[in-house]
Amino acid sequence: MESQELPYVLVDCIGGRLGVYEDHLGFLKKRFHLITMKEYLENKTLLSKKIRAIYVWYHKPAINEELLQSLPNLKVVASAGVGIDHLDLKLLSSYGVKVSNTPFVVSTDTADMGMALMLASSRRLVEGHEMAVSPDTEYFPVDWLGVEVSGATLGIVGMGKIGYKVAERAKAFEMKILYHNRNQRKKEEESAVGAIYCKKIDDLLQQSDFVLLAATLTPQTHKMIGKRELELMKPTATLINISRGLIVDQDALVEALQNKVIKAAALDVTYPEPLPRDHPLLKLKNVIITPHIGSATKKTRWVMMEEMAESIEAGLAGLPIPREVLP
Amino acid sequence: MWAPACIMEEELPWLLVNEVGGIRGILHSHVPFLKKHFHLITMKEFLENRKDVGKKVQAIYLWWHKPVIDKELLQSLPNLKVIANSGVGMDHLDLNLIASFGVKMANAPRAVSSTTADTGMALLLASARRLVEVHNISISPSMDYCEADILGVKVAGATLGIIGMGRIGYKIAVRAKAFEMNILYHNRTRRKVQEEQAVGATYCKKIDSLLQQADFVMLVVSLTPQTHKLIGKRELELMKPTATLINISRGAVVDQEALVAALQTGVIRAAALDVTAPEPLPRDHALLKLKNVIITPHLGIKTDKATYMITEEAVENILAALNGLPLPSEVLPS
Repeated sequence: MESQELPYVLVDCIGGRLGVYEDHLGFLKKRFHLITMKEYLENKTLLSKKIRAIYVWYHKPAINEELLQSLPNLKVVASAGVGIDHLDLKLLSSYGVKVSNTPFVVSTDTADMGMALMLASSRRLVEGHEMAVSPDTEYFPVDWLGVEVSGATLGIVGMGKIGYKVAERAKAFEMKILYHNRNQRKKEEESAVGAIYCKKIDDLLQQSDFVLLAATLTPQTHKMIGKRELELMKPTATLINISRGLIVDQDALVEALQNKVIKAAALDVTYPEPLPRDHPLLKLKNVIITPHIGSATKKTRWVMMEEMAESIEAGLAGLPIPREVLP
Repeated sequence: MWAPACIMEEELPWLLVNEVGGIRGILHSHVPFLKKHFHLITMKEFLENRKDVGKKVQAIYLWWHKPVIDKELLQSLPNLKVIANSGVGMDHLDLNLIASFGVKMANAPRAVSSTTADTGMALLLASARRLVEVHNISISPSMDYCEADILGVKVAGATLGIIGMGRIGYKIAVRAKAFEMNILYHNRTRRKVQEEQAVGATYCKKIDSLLQQADFVMLVVSLTPQTHKLIGKRELELMKPTATLINISRGAVVDQEALVAALQTGVIRAAALDVTAPEPLPRDHALLKLKNVIITPHLGIKTDKATYMITEEAVENILAALNGLPLPSEVLPS
């Protein structure tokens, strides 16, 4: 049977809230025999030797040592998106498993999301929409104001591909751009967007009207923005997070927002995702939350899927893996 | 020598405003600045003492289209020299009537352009990424959704069609270029080649051509008899079914009924409206119920900074007019 000749690839689930998209199945099934976790668990003895790759979509399935031990022929793990903090790279490497991600295609959409959140928060777009459609609204008060983006100061924490694309966009809004990064960017890159390097994050925090987090989650960036950092920020400043929830000390953030230590927050990422339904962040008027949709456009998700398929095929053919992530 | 404050104040020119504070009035934070240059009179004070006050009023500062300027008012202000408008749209004023009384008019173009362009981009991005919808999902008790169903539209590489490429439209083009968008524009007159090249914008002499190609159509025109209901059934049907309409100009530029029908039947994908006719819409209006519509309460220039700059620009124009100097942003009747 033809489908038995196709490589077996493990996925978490198909459809539903966070599963592999139905629209993507046609493309994937032409290349792979997809096995869901449910199917695998129901038939481990037969399937465990056949699975040669794992297609990690929305960070699922979670890959632990137990799973790796039971998949002796696993060669490649392809992960959707750029963040790989959900994968234990050393562990995977110790089992001889190669890893790939999709770092480039996500950059523009994620940068756009950062800008969308900054604009929506500053101009009170969500609140405004509620007012515009509320059954109780009789008029629009003229003293109902937002905060200016054009000409304001944006501090970008983490100036990788995504952070840099944010800077390119912010420049067109005549924003003053500060950035903090592990390494300083080249002079030409800085001048192209008019970005000023802040070796000390404190300098960035003290001067920015908008602080945008675009850093990778690592042990060093874990809870990088805590009580101390929030207190360094201006009381008129807004925190925007498009990186990972764990980069922020969430309890400290709640307190800072409640006590007006900072003005507002706009978060595409939290910890966990989603937040428990009784979490204080969900109730604060000065918070916009989106469900980790940084790269969630039809086009980009399609390209991500194609890239993951490509990486799996290359890995299984013993060829160099495009977008390989080294431990 | 000690000079009583009341004498000092009376030397300042008298400026008529509709009201101070409240839901429609001049912002309290602007009053000290205005009082530095003028003796402020509200409509209420004027109406209580028309004869005496009327003679003294030399200028009017219109705040959100009020007070209404009609023949009766103009006749009762014999020494009126200038009317300064907050904002740039002048469609609420009878320019010929005002000019016939020898009164000059000014608007505030410099103060509004960046902020209004920001509003346009905020709406474009919010609509493309379904921001209001997904925020509501994020805070909902059940979080009942499928990610595949809430995917947005990629902005980079998409085509933005700007209808009305004045100061505000151009600032939108500058911003959109940074988002790697292709830019088309339609305008009464074509812009200079260098201006087009600076933002990579292509002129569409025929609006149809723009409508057929754009993924996002942004309306940035002034409201005039020619632009009234510029976007109707025909224009909406020319647009792609995947396209989004964004309006930051005036509600009356769009045939609202045609828009509702187009949104309900998938003729276009979505709309984001900072302006409607009227504002606010009646609470039972169809637009309020559509999932694919974002409506904002005329955010346009509603920031601390922009509103203050508008007042500054208005004062500049008024003082110029009262001193017989050229106005920085005079508006002449067409």
